[in-house]
Amino acid sequence: MGQAIAFYTLAAFILGFAVLVVSTKDTVHSVLFLVLDFLFVAALYVLLAAPFLAVIQVLVYAGGIVVLYLFVVMLVNLKRAPEAHHDPHRRTKLGFWLAAAVLVELGAIAAYGPAASAPAVTQTAAMPVSGNTEQVGWLLYTSYLIPFEIASMLLLVAMIGAIVLAKREL
Amino acid sequence: MVDNLIIPLLKIVIVLNATLVAVTYMVLLERKVIAWAQSRLGPMRVGPYGILQPIADAVKLMIKEDITPTRADKWVFTAAPIIAMVPALIVYAVIPFGPEVSLFGRKITLYITDVNVGLLYVVSVTSVGVYGIILAGYASNSKYPLLASLRASAQLISYEVAVTLTLVSVILVAGSLSMVDIVRAQEHWHVWFAFIQPLAFGIFFIGGLAETNRAPFDLPEAEQELTGGFHTEYSGMRFALFFLAEYANMIVVSSVATTLFLGGWLRPFPNVAALGFLDPIPSWTWFLIKSFVFLYVFIWIRATLPRYRYDQLMRLGWKVLIPLAIANLVVTGIVKVVLAT
Amino acid sequence: MITPTHYMLLSAALFMIGVIGVMVRRNIIIIFMSIELILNAVNINLVAFSNQLQNVIGQVFAIFVIAVAAAEAAVGLGIILAFYRNKETVNIDEMNLMRW
Repeated sequence: MGQAIAFYTLAAFILGFAVLVVSTKDTVHSVLFLVLDFLFVAALYVLLAAPFLAVIQVLVYAGGIVVLYLFVVMLVNLKRAPEAHHDPHRRTKLGFWLAAAVLVELGAIAAYGPAASAPAVTQTAAMPVSGNTEQVGWLLYTSYLIPFEIASMLLLVAMIGAIVLAKREL
Repeated sequence: MVDNLIIPLLKIVIVLNATLVAVTYMVLLERKVIAWAQSRLGPMRVGPYGILQPIADAVKLMIKEDITPTRADKWVFTAAPIIAMVPALIVYAVIPFGPEVSLFGRKITLYITDVNVGLLYVVSVTSVGVYGIILAGYASNSKYPLLASLRASAQLISYEVAVTLTLVSVILVAGSLSMVDIVRAQEHWHVWFAFIQPLAFGIFFIGGLAETNRAPFDLPEAEQELTGGFHTEYSGMRFALFFLAEYANMIVVSSVATTLFLGGWLRPFPNVAALGFLDPIPSWTWFLIKSFVFLYVFIWIRATLPRYRYDQLMRLGWKVLIPLAIANLVVTGIVKVVLAT
Repeated sequence: MITPTHYMLLSAALFMIGVIGVMVRRNIIIIFMSIELILNAVNINLVAFSNQLQNVIGQVFAIFVIAVAAAEAAVGLGIILAFYRNKETVNIDEMNLMRW
């Protein structure tokens, strides 16, 4: 019962803030709504018994990535709004209706599809550690070590790439 | 019902009130200590020896005129001090002031909660505190605050990396992310982590100075350089919130350093039986004494050291502290693996 | 009783809001933020099923998604900054020259 209330409240906030992100005219407000959205998604992860992922979401997404967005928004904040003139080639209403149709389709698949009863693939019995963080760490460092190393290489490459791209002169 | 709801609520009320009172009296403490360091007396008029000075300061700031710049973003302008203050207060949810005590026949733990990712929670919440500074400078719609806030936030996110790396080496030694477990690990090892991880302690302290925009890293709010920094356009209660948020962050850094490096609620040398006469002193007193020592050192450093220039500051963070923190982490890992075999 | 179907619907709705943001808005930074919304929708789905199947692998995958999102955000914003320095615009309808 408490979980249902928590889920519906969090879902309402998440979707509400997401709509605000997409529809606000002022970019800085949009970024702030995105931060709030991520904080509520982190709360949803806590509800889903994933506390490590929740703090990682706050630390990396809300505290790192969106700060980066905020910096760039403040650096490119123009005096005139970028969407001042209406582009006749864009069909915004058609886009909305198509998106609504896809959402109804996805909802139908989710609600009536056969995904409701999937077998519980338990791997936790094979892990010698207990506790959410310990299990995630165990998987990351034993079975999925190579993707972990590749992800760190990816981040290194992205760091170098971002510095090179944003430099004033090479 | 009582155990799950009433007692945590009471703890939250007590901790929040104590924090806010402590923050207001930090103002007085700082003025007094800096005054004594400069061979003068500090505030002496309001109340005996100036004890009531914070109340006078609070009243003055509350009755000041509340000015908002004309084309400032009103919502963001109002929200920025709140965003700066709230993370400093939320961190107290995981800081352990002491172990279990029996009070009125119940066993009550002297911490609000013990999340099993407590230390990561502290780091993530303080990284959200950067928004207050960025938004304050942006919302003021004025050149100096914007520059100062960009500098301050760049400084904060740079030193966050070094501090997080030192915390990882502490986690390696303690074997757990939970703050209570870290204190118990220090109890188990019979030595404070400041002696096992001296380099991490030093880097955490310097990083903590930089994270809270304290001297010698207080260029973003220096009056001589940037006309007051990111809170130039703020007056009245909003300025008070920024001011208090800085002191609250200082107390948070002191509390976290006490828990991680100075043994939290443990008395000095907990395994030496000869010091058993210190046992009647309650555990939370030791916590408060150690945090107070940290706060005093913060203020002492402010009174003593000159200010870093911005490029020197960034060079220190990126080129000195982060390599040292990574080296510390690598050595800690190697020693831990060697000791385990 | 909250079943994974609820989480899938939430994830699908968030995904569609992100897709609408990518298609409708012309400010490229808002488009990037909508892409972050899409990635979050995927993460919610992963974590919900990780919770239902009692297997932590979903959260491990979500961590990788977050890492990739961070890398993509950094590089994408670097590109935006480099472009803005040359052409003074963040409107994607004006970013239509392959060379100038």
